[in-house]
Amino acid sequence: MSWLFAKRFTVLLFLVICAFFLTVFLTGCQPSKKSDVNSISVWHWMTDRDAAFQELAKRYEAKTGVKVTFELYAPSDAYSQKVRAAAQGDNLPDIFGILGEKRDFSSFIKAGYILDLTPYMEESLGAWKNSFFAKALAVNEFIEGNSYGVKAGIYGAPIDIMTIQMLYNKKLFKELGLNPKKPPQTFAELLEMGQKIKQAKMQGLVSGWGEVWMVDCFASNYAFNIMGKDKVLATIKGEVAYTDPDWIKVLGLFKQMQESGVLANGLVTMINKTAEQLFANDKAVFAFNGSWCVNVYKGMNPDLDYAGMLPPKASEQNPMAIWGGAGSSFMVNGRSKNKEEAVKFLQWLTDRDQQAYLAEITNNLPANKNCLNKIPDILASFAKAMDNATHPNVWGVSEFSPVIEAFDKGIQSIIIGEKTPEQVAAEVQKIKERELAKKRSR
Amino acid sequence: MRIKSTLENYVFVLPAVTIFMIFYVIPFIWVFQLGLFEWDGILPTKTFVGLGNFKEILFDKIWWQSMGNAGYITLIALTLQNVVAFLLAWACDREIRAKNFYRVIFFIPPVLSEVVVGLVWQWILDGNYGLLNHWLGAIGLPQLTRNWLSDPQTALTAVAVVHCWKGFGWGFLIFLAGLQTIPRELYEAARVDGANAWQAFRKITVPLMIPVAVLVGILTILGTMQAFVLIIAMTGGGPAYHTQVPVLRILASMRGSSRFGYACAQGISFGVILMAISFIQYRFSKKYKG
Repeated sequence: MSWLFAKRFTVLLFLVICAFFLTVFLTGCQPSKKSDVNSISVWHWMTDRDAAFQELAKRYEAKTGVKVTFELYAPSDAYSQKVRAAAQGDNLPDIFGILGEKRDFSSFIKAGYILDLTPYMEESLGAWKNSFFAKALAVNEFIEGNSYGVKAGIYGAPIDIMTIQMLYNKKLFKELGLNPKKPPQTFAELLEMGQKIKQAKMQGLVSGWGEVWMVDCFASNYAFNIMGKDKVLATIKGEVAYTDPDWIKVLGLFKQMQESGVLANGLVTMINKTAEQLFANDKAVFAFNGSWCVNVYKGMNPDLDYAGMLPPKASEQNPMAIWGGAGSSFMVNGRSKNKEEAVKFLQWLTDRDQQAYLAEITNNLPANKNCLNKIPDILASFAKAMDNATHPNVWGVSEFSPVIEAFDKGIQSIIIGEKTPEQVAAEVQKIKERELAKKRSR
Repeated sequence: MRIKSTLENYVFVLPAVTIFMIFYVIPFIWVFQLGLFEWDGILPTKTFVGLGNFKEILFDKIWWQSMGNAGYITLIALTLQNVVAFLLAWACDREIRAKNFYRVIFFIPPVLSEVVVGLVWQWILDGNYGLLNHWLGAIGLPQLTRNWLSDPQTALTAVAVVHCWKGFGWGFLIFLAGLQTIPRELYEAARVDGANAWQAFRKITVPLMIPVAVLVGILTILGTMQAFVLIIAMTGGGPAYHTQVPVLRILASMRGSSRFGYACAQGISFGVILMAISFIQYRFSKKYKG
């Protein structure tokens, strides 16, 4: 009898275990609880700004009674995946940012995950809109007839701006017998300095070219300088081939830099953190980095003596362009019950006082143009470079990802002496034609 | 009564089957299904492309290059890593002083974080300020110094060697367990019969350790082919495509190109290849036992 009881008990136990796992599974599939009306949830990836955000959240709650919860998910790759996964499960927070290309941004909009902020921006004669740098706002804007098929409008609020340019170490300039007030103005001068760097056995330019997007950024600066914006965009549209002599000239610059000694050893696999450490510790003459570096260098070596400069021109035909615009932006969840409150919070966050506080604490360039007077000189030089700024997100057309990858990896091959600029150009063009054919067949 | 007993048996295996279905079979089917679509991972709509993604993989040169790179690392792991693991296990199985200390030391690398190991080795192998180049210079071999991780001729091998260093502890542990199951009487009998240490090793240790070696081989292949964290930390897959491996390509398809359908197709293809390799090895080990 007791044997029978034990057997039945065991069967029952197994059924309970089954039910438990099923419950856990089904609970996991269920969308998480949405936030209350009096609380706003914000997801972000900005480790360096989290403390400042938490402080601002406290101030906002004290002022309005609305609780704002900033949730940090880092690193940025993990954050990006979390946002995508949350979108699939309809679990996005009230406010979030999107990392990636404009194509991804447009997909979020088309799926209804992002609120069009245009009506709010236009309120009170465009007061909110006019408080931003136009180039910062442009990154979050889709113009009429854009190639992404998105309704024209502004879909995000920038919270800071950035520019990516070259920096040089004044101390090492002096050691090389160069004038620290006269950085190279032309590409020929840069190559000449490369010879001196090589002879002095110093390291030249450091940057995160192992993370390929930065090499892409540097190359597109020179593409704009050598052939002008129209021809670059025509190439993306497929009207000009990458085998065009101007593109070969752009690719050839990397070969020249490598041969002259401008580029630091190991640049092709260097991550930006390593590059920042080398430059901050007076071990590299030049760096190619974004305005966020001011905060990073300050943390690594407060005595670092350096200055910013535009990449030296390789051609006089067109102005030098650098990447710039919105550094980080926040979007409002179009499906959130709290979207009105979320917009109000974003308006407050991007207002002058809060922007000044963020700039002071994090050393990032504020997106609000009314508080630039409080930033340090080196940051001001980055702000000044905004005049030359452009960004792929404002071009209105996007290059195919495999083409970008082939182009960037091709540059790495040129630097390591594995391929010639002509070979890389031909390979990139082949991939471009393949992608165009695929697009046409869809 | 018999039906009841059969039902009870099914009830007992139900939890395991349920977990297996939920976490393995259903996701596998979903991933395969996604592989038949072009999808950016965001939009609710997906475009059906049939086997188009799988066909594309066949002509994806970079994908096959990454498979070749993973194969190269696996080959080094199968030889260098496992030989070192076996020799160290064999040494620790003998009556040597402080053998427990060595057992702990040899098992430290596998329990370390791959990212930390990658970053430390990146620092050691750095072309400008790395320890390895410093030591080479100090011992009078400056001609051998180079950018170990940025030079296409050395990058993949450098990554493979670090992978072996990180992974040999597992093999060491399994080999050691295998060696300890060999009855000591066999060695005593061999010694009585006049066999020397080499003959005992060749005629007793090696044959009895082959099943263990097959198991270690399977685990090494599966583990090494799927390695990627260490590579991301050390080279990010560069220079150019010289240290790209399949998992990095799948990540690139998902994150870089937002081609989730293609990434799923790559994942399925890669899984099928790994299953095929495992099956061949399994058949090989069964044949050996037979």
